[in-house]
Amino acid sequence: MSASMVVLHRCCQRSALLVARRQWMSSSASRPPLVSRLLLFLTQRFYDVEMLVSWKHHFKRNQLQKTNAYYGYTEKFYGTDIAAAYYILKLGGGVRFVGQSEWFHADRRGKFSWDFLKFKNTPLEEVDMSQTLINYTGLRNLETQKQLRTLRLRGCPEIDDWFLARLHVFQDSLEELDISDCPRITTGGLAALRNLKRLKLLYVSSLPRVSCPGLVIILLEEMLPQCQIIAEGYDHSVRQAEGERMES
Amino acid sequence: MAAWRQLPGRARAAPGLLTSTRLTQLPRDRRAPLTCRRSLCTSGSSPNDYFKDLQAQLAGMKKKAADVLPGSSWTSLEINTDLPPKRADIVIVGGGVVGWSIAYWLKQKERVRGGVQVIVVERDPTYTQASTVLSVGGIRQQFSLLENIHLSLASADFMRNINDHLGVLNEEPVDLQFNHSGYLFLANEKVAHIMEENYNTQRLAGAKVSLLSPTQVKEKFPWINTEGVALASYGLENEGWFDPWTLLNAFKRKAISMGVTQFCGEVTGFKTLTNIMTTIDDEKVGVQRIKSVKVQMPNSLQYQLVDCAVVVNAAGAFSGKLAEMLGIGLGPKDSFSGIPVPVEPRKRYVYVVHCPDGPGLDTPLLIDYSGVYFRREGLGGNYITGMSPEEVEEPDTNDLEVDHQFFQDKVWPKLANRVPAFEKLKVSSAWAGFYDYNTFDQNGIIGMHPLINNMYFATGFSGHGLQHSPAVGRAVAELILDGNFKTLDLSNFGFKRIVEQEPMLERNIV
Repeated sequence: MSASMVVLHRCCQRSALLVARRQWMSSSASRPPLVSRLLLFLTQRFYDVEMLVSWKHHFKRNQLQKTNAYYGYTEKFYGTDIAAAYYILKLGGGVRFVGQSEWFHADRRGKFSWDFLKFKNTPLEEVDMSQTLINYTGLRNLETQKQLRTLRLRGCPEIDDWFLARLHVFQDSLEELDISDCPRITTGGLAALRNLKRLKLLYVSSLPRVSCPGLVIILLEEMLPQCQIIAEGYDHSVRQAEGERMES
Repeated sequence: MAAWRQLPGRARAAPGLLTSTRLTQLPRDRRAPLTCRRSLCTSGSSPNDYFKDLQAQLAGMKKKAADVLPGSSWTSLEINTDLPPKRADIVIVGGGVVGWSIAYWLKQKERVRGGVQVIVVERDPTYTQASTVLSVGGIRQQFSLLENIHLSLASADFMRNINDHLGVLNEEPVDLQFNHSGYLFLANEKVAHIMEENYNTQRLAGAKVSLLSPTQVKEKFPWINTEGVALASYGLENEGWFDPWTLLNAFKRKAISMGVTQFCGEVTGFKTLTNIMTTIDDEKVGVQRIKSVKVQMPNSLQYQLVDCAVVVNAAGAFSGKLAEMLGIGLGPKDSFSGIPVPVEPRKRYVYVVHCPDGPGLDTPLLIDYSGVYFRREGLGGNYITGMSPEEVEEPDTNDLEVDHQFFQDKVWPKLANRVPAFEKLKVSSAWAGFYDYNTFDQNGIIGMHPLINNMYFATGFSGHGLQHSPAVGRAVAELILDGNFKTLDLSNFGFKRIVEQEPMLERNIV
């Protein structure tokens, strides 16, 4: 009973990985869903559909740029700390100020309490941007936070290697970083974490685009000797998995 | 036997056929007088019969020849269908990364769809000798000239948003395989002050670079021997290396999807119109205008003259030769036409070494003051290394053979001195590539030649063509379509400095 559960669980994990990978790799085993196949068929035959699809891409990109715009206006009136907190809450993240125990979090519908305006000129200590659309340009809003100790970026679809390379702005303060489940991070970006010399805890679980994760994690541990690295969700037993596939 | 029997049968049938056609033609003639003349003309007259026989005989001979040479579809009269068009607006000579980048930006900047017709002529579509794909693929901001730093910053910005620029609908997104590992320059006592000045310039331009003392270097990279090092500069952001082949193909794919056409062929000549003008010093100068480009097809004598308005010389290491075809540099000395385009190929070796105990994931692209450089290649303990030889011992550029003795004598001692772990290593592979070396001042030449008023140059980058290609492409496209530089002012990289003999040298520590 338990064995079958394990197999089932593994199957689920693998399929989740495939789904995450699909948009990046053409050689994935499963076919794309019917809608996207139909769209592909139509775009190859009609210029109008092609135009509409490209407009959709443009629109999405503009939206992303707008959400990650520089909050210069807020910064001018309320200072850099409030601007950073406002940006984080607007995107649906959470924030904790230095010396405070309470968190400010946006709820599921994007609503948040405006009490954070009280903490003018109080820098941020912990930031939780999990499942948000933060990207490289949005990071500019956080760059002034010199006391940031924890940054959680679990499952952010727009975080890429360039973003990780930019994290050197927090090199003197950052102690905990969570970049699990980010679908665009590769080994080339993980190498950029070398600048974060005060890092104590690093979560790099389930990064679908990191090839040979076992080796990469060993190399990461070598690179950041003082840091504990937590990497789950990887199937390290390559040979065993091959054997299973052969049997089935 | 069977053949013998068949032959008389056919012979008997033939006259029957002839008579029957004549018979059938007669009633038709009566009904339709229009067709009668035609049928009368074709039939009956003896010379036409003779030609028919000849034709049949020739067809038979051809068939026999084809049977004798089975499997060959060669005919002497085949016409090459890959000829370039007779007319194009802009011809880009050289299909390397710079050429394709210019093609992409020209299409990007055109006002109307299909407004400019751009063709790219590449001699070798497999890129066996192209500098682009044989390079090490690094990008850095640690230059001393503001222009170069800005070019690098703009290119890094382009690469960061590469899928917005070069993504094609319904195609795979571009994955440059960028390694954000940074560059580490090491300087000794003599050149430390230059490094400090460069650092200030770079910070001023907005590059994220930091200066490290030898103890800081030792702390960060314990595997470096800091003996003799006085100062180090280390890039924090936008520096590293990437896959040149991916960038080249991304440019190519996007440009082709936007309507650029590529042709395989070699430019062997130009048709020009020369206007004689007089300078203030009463010197007669011939100013040329290119009317058409002669494109020679590969492996044949066939060629096509392409009439064009603008020619872009992006032939990399061979752009000096291309300019020579127009008589640049062949005129008498102390005259305008006597100044050659100072670009020539230089051969550089790249060695792949395997060293299991070598430095790990945080290895930057290290450039030592002795000239040797190395970087990590993959994760399996492989490294790429090399150095530029002295001016007096430049290797012969006729082929791309690798001199392994050069590694043993010059590269390895310096490398092992800087990183003691490299004392135990094994050369697993090596290759050689060409630099488009600018002998005048080792910087790019961007702009028009004063004596040819429709040839634009984008060449002579002396090793940083690949990393600057996105920004250079944009600059050249601006120069062609807008008439001057719009985003980055690169007018200092023009021909003026060569004519006036004022080199714009990089103040390098190496």
